[in-house]
Amino acid sequence: MGDHEELTLPDLRRILREAAGVNEGTDLDGEILDLDFEDLGYDSLALLETGARIEREYGVRLEDDAITSARTPRALLTVVNLTFTDIDAA
Amino acid sequence: MTRIWVTGLGVTAPNGLGTDDYWAATLAGRSGLGRITRFDPARYPAQLAGEVPGFDARRHLPGRLIPQTDHMTRLALVAADWALAEAGLAGGGPYGEYEMGVVTAASSGGFEFGQRELQNLWSKGGRHVSAYQSFAWFYAVNTGQISIRNGMRGPSGVVVADQAGGLDALAQARRQIRRGARVIVSGGVDGSLCPWGWAAQLSTGALSTGDDPATAYLPFDRRAAGYVPGEGGAVLVLEDAESAARRDAPVRYGEVAGYGATFDPPPGSGREPGLRRAIEIALADAGTAAAGIDVVFADAAGLAGPDRAEAAALAAVFGPGGVPVTVPKTMTGRLYSGGAPLDVAAALLALRDGLIPPTVNVVPDPALGLDLVTGVPRPAPLKTALVLARGHGGFNSALVVRAAG
Repeated sequence: MGDHEELTLPDLRRILREAAGVNEGTDLDGEILDLDFEDLGYDSLALLETGARIEREYGVRLEDDAITSARTPRALLTVVNLTFTDIDAA
Repeated sequence: MTRIWVTGLGVTAPNGLGTDDYWAATLAGRSGLGRITRFDPARYPAQLAGEVPGFDARRHLPGRLIPQTDHMTRLALVAADWALAEAGLAGGGPYGEYEMGVVTAASSGGFEFGQRELQNLWSKGGRHVSAYQSFAWFYAVNTGQISIRNGMRGPSGVVVADQAGGLDALAQARRQIRRGARVIVSGGVDGSLCPWGWAAQLSTGALSTGDDPATAYLPFDRRAAGYVPGEGGAVLVLEDAESAARRDAPVRYGEVAGYGATFDPPPGSGREPGLRRAIEIALADAGTAAAGIDVVFADAAGLAGPDRAEAAALAAVFGPGGVPVTVPKTMTGRLYSGGAPLDVAAALLALRDGLIPPTVNVVPDPALGLDLVTGVPRPAPLKTALVLARGHGGFNSALVVRAAG
């Protein structure tokens, strides 16, 4: 690992909560890694806001497409953490 | 001509959260005006407002809606929920999604939300501005959020005309039903009790700088010196009467029977303001003579000139003291786009109960020749009510509601 820490699932849960709130009926603390963001109640604007918060907190720049094309928490974690790796490798 | 009924009400008012609380407080003469608590008003010339009491948005709305909504949008969403529940249309009822629309009035949009995000912009930079700022501040936001939450994709829109817009929205809702929609959720809920919104409101010079809630807003009184603003308003379910009868709608508050709107001549023209004509147009539209109006809910600017102009318009149409006039907004303050819908709600409740709600604190100026209902409710057989609203810049609107029967 370089200077950037890793974005973990608990981090993502917290940021989703702050950025976009949680619907009743969504158990954000459950097994959500491979669930569709849509099924979790998050639309593209919710993901944009989530991405902006990740950027601020971790001091990175993420492409809007990279964020909104991630369909699941696992995909989002992967794309964000790949960005960290790229920055640290550079 | 298609008739339109009001089949549901949702009220969020400074003197009561929910229709029952609001109406009980209003009949009891209980005011919701007080020193502003939503921010520190110490450094501003005006410090009083009507704040909606005891509203906890998280108790009423899903968590997903909280980060993306201004306070006034949350109030509007909850008022719409209540109105639709009362109408028996919480899940849409028998109607298709394109048969139901939303037309609300707005005067400022989500100022509190907008102020926070603008502060983020200039203090931290663009990447710190919420993605939800793209719509949360916007005039049309209440219409959009009510539409999305309730799956209403029929004709929708927003009307912006300050206080008059609250009646204009109901008129636009009626128009859309006459064009084929079955249900339009309408009315207005407003509020911008934050420093940014307050500065904008102060710029008119019409706000009361009094510090005693009992004397700060005294329309039609010799002591009148401006108005106290407030937040909140009312959401009304307007429904095609035939369709409502067919589904046996549980509540029929009354009929939206007539509407008129005019615009004032330019300042200094010396010509008569447009309010009298707006009243006459509304009466003609409702097919009623002046004698058919049982009570008037006045606009009540709370400033000598506009109060005189309103009293003169009423005297011209009804004769001096020719109709009971009341101003329940003396208990809520002026709510901008929410004010007139709240008055329409009060008018419908007055028709239901045969009680004219009182104007509080005011000692009527006898020179105005108004039969102002003050102090306590006045029992009266009520069939038809007239609601008036004027908007900053010259808007005049008048709406007639009639008991369902």
